[in-house]
Amino acid sequence: MLGLNKKDTSLMIVVAILALFAPFILNPFPEGSAMAQFNAGYPDLMQRFVIFGIFAIGFNILFGLTGYLSFGHAAFLGIGSYSVVWMYKLLDYNVIWGLPLAIITSGLFALLIGYVSLRRSGIYFSILTLAFAQMSFNLAYSVLTPITNGETGLQVYTDDAQVLLGANEATSPHLFGIVMNSSAKLDLGPWSFTFNNGYYFCAIILLLVFYLAIRIFRSPFGMMLRAIKSNQTRLNYTGLNPRPYALAAFVISGMYAGLAGGLMAAMDPLAGAERMQWTASGEVVLMTILGGTGTLIGPVLGAGFIKYFENIFSKINDNILHQWFAFLPDGLEDFVVFIIHPFIGKGWHLTLGILFMLVVIFLPGGLVEGGQRIKRALSRKKDADAAKTEPAE
Amino acid sequence: MDAIILQILNGLDKGSAYALIALGLTLIFGTLGVVNFAHGALFMIGAFCAVTLSKILNLSFETIDPTKTDFLGNPLKVKTPYVMEWFGPETGAAIIDWAVPLAILFSIPIMIAVGFIMERGLIKHFYKRAHADQILVTFGLAIVLQEVVKYFFGANPIPTGAPDAFKGSFDFGVLLGYDPNVIIYPYWRMVYFFFAALVIGGVFAFLQFTTFGMVVRAGMADRETVGLLGINIDKRFTIMFGIAAAVAGIAGVMYAPINSPNYHMGMDFLVLSFVVVVVGGMGSLPGAVLAGFLLGILESFASMNQIKSLIPGIDQIIIYVVAIIILLTRPRGLMGRKGVMEE
Repeated sequence: MLGLNKKDTSLMIVVAILALFAPFILNPFPEGSAMAQFNAGYPDLMQRFVIFGIFAIGFNILFGLTGYLSFGHAAFLGIGSYSVVWMYKLLDYNVIWGLPLAIITSGLFALLIGYVSLRRSGIYFSILTLAFAQMSFNLAYSVLTPITNGETGLQVYTDDAQVLLGANEATSPHLFGIVMNSSAKLDLGPWSFTFNNGYYFCAIILLLVFYLAIRIFRSPFGMMLRAIKSNQTRLNYTGLNPRPYALAAFVISGMYAGLAGGLMAAMDPLAGAERMQWTASGEVVLMTILGGTGTLIGPVLGAGFIKYFENIFSKINDNILHQWFAFLPDGLEDFVVFIIHPFIGKGWHLTLGILFMLVVIFLPGGLVEGGQRIKRALSRKKDADAAKTEPAE
Repeated sequence: MDAIILQILNGLDKGSAYALIALGLTLIFGTLGVVNFAHGALFMIGAFCAVTLSKILNLSFETIDPTKTDFLGNPLKVKTPYVMEWFGPETGAAIIDWAVPLAILFSIPIMIAVGFIMERGLIKHFYKRAHADQILVTFGLAIVLQEVVKYFFGANPIPTGAPDAFKGSFDFGVLLGYDPNVIIYPYWRMVYFFFAALVIGGVFAFLQFTTFGMVVRAGMADRETVGLLGINIDKRFTIMFGIAAAVAGIAGVMYAPINSPNYHMGMDFLVLSFVVVVVGGMGSLPGAVLAGFLLGILESFASMNQIKSLIPGIDQIIIYVVAIIILLTRPRGLMGRKGVMEE
């Protein structure tokens, strides 16, 4: 279907089902129950899953396929956000103007940065991209204040031009009148599901770019990128210049990042320089590795995983812990809460760091490899069972 | 001219910190071939060694002074640090005052132990893995270390003073024939620079003039051959890791009075230190030191008002601009060795 083989089609369908039914899937616990805090089915968080998913898919096209580790991708995220907010300021709140511009500007910046950075490889490439991103960040904070509004962050003011703004047009981001932050609610018994326009807008874009990523992975171009990763010298000797291919991958992944940044601004009409800081670049690296570098579904999983745990761990506090462990004797309960305390609330970074180290140490292939290992272990058991039962027959 | 001298002096202390961290990074990279993103965290742990020691020295017990009363008329409770009780008030006060320099002695065993545990417990298993994996696992470790420190010491910077003898500034201009108060330079920053020079000189002398250092240098050049000669090079490299950790640690200890230690100071320095290492050339020790001082001084030059009005924003980006130019014109950095990290 659509030029995909059978396996990819089923993957695509699984992702589509996951994305479109996310408000149900992520809300498995009834409202008001003790487990309700593990629900993730509210718009803000789901939007973040999808947006960072797009960011990570794009990053994976560069890092997963060519092996070039960029530490400066957050710069494109910021550029995308700024472009969209500028379109709000100049034209109107319709996201249809901003998003293509976000992709184009971030693509142009990626072309420039990539052209320079790709002259070096390995750690030199990482440092060059890091240097460019930090430069953009520092400039956005200081000299470029007329364009970026510095520390306050870029936002729409009432005296902005907004030349296309109609008489009774929505005053928040929308797509031809479909307002992003409005949602429909569905109450089914004790469950309550929220369907947010913005989420579905992002989810459809995610499906489009995911499809595009599959096509890139399976194309001859994707094969070239993999060749760059496995042996660049040999590629040179066969008479091919790897740099244009790597540059194309860099630009594509920069455009993905710009699109993700644009969507952030489409959900919340704000753009701040902190989106470009190197910690944000580090985060997308973490997501990609955690999910599984070079796999299709891995980056999306990694993004969802990190954003989910960031949200859950930072929400749990001591009171909740006391509730959970109330069945233990008092002394033991206090002790258990005392032990867990550093890892929750404000300390969720610690949990994330430990988790991340464990994944890098024991599962270099990320969550995807973990899943494959479990599958293999299960199927092996089945084989073993089959072998055992045979003689008895 | 006086402004230029002032900027060079101002650049020296930051340059010293860059040089010390970059030196440790290069030592680890040159010996073990590991890109250690947790090195900034080691610098931060060093600074917190100084904080801890000054807290320990200030541990006090309360006594009631019957001769005085507080403003409510109750007998006044007086806090006396244990150190003052044990060594007498004057020596005790001096010891508390000198907490930061004393913390060097205190931090060296701690840092070497931390380095050993890190190398044997974690990094040892990553020699054969890709550089990206090494970066990622040490990055995770850095997050963990900084969160642990944040848990114990809180998120706010903790002011840690230099000894009274080094408070105030030195009028450097008078020496060169300028008017007083034109070029003044805080004593502690001067101490920091001389201290850094001493440590850097010590590390170079150790590598150059001892048998141990000779073996380590041989191992850096050709690990396999040294191993084939029946020398346990891994053990020596582990010791070098401990030394590199100690260098980062004491750099942090001495930096505590310049900038109040906070939990993310390591990360702030790490990014710049990596730029320094790469500009100096991966694996080159003199390159790391040279690039550290060079970038430190350039950074303070760029923050001069005359230059800022010429090129706005240059102070924010000068290091990165220089890094980009150097990397594009000199592929191996200023003094990089051939064949290191060129894949």
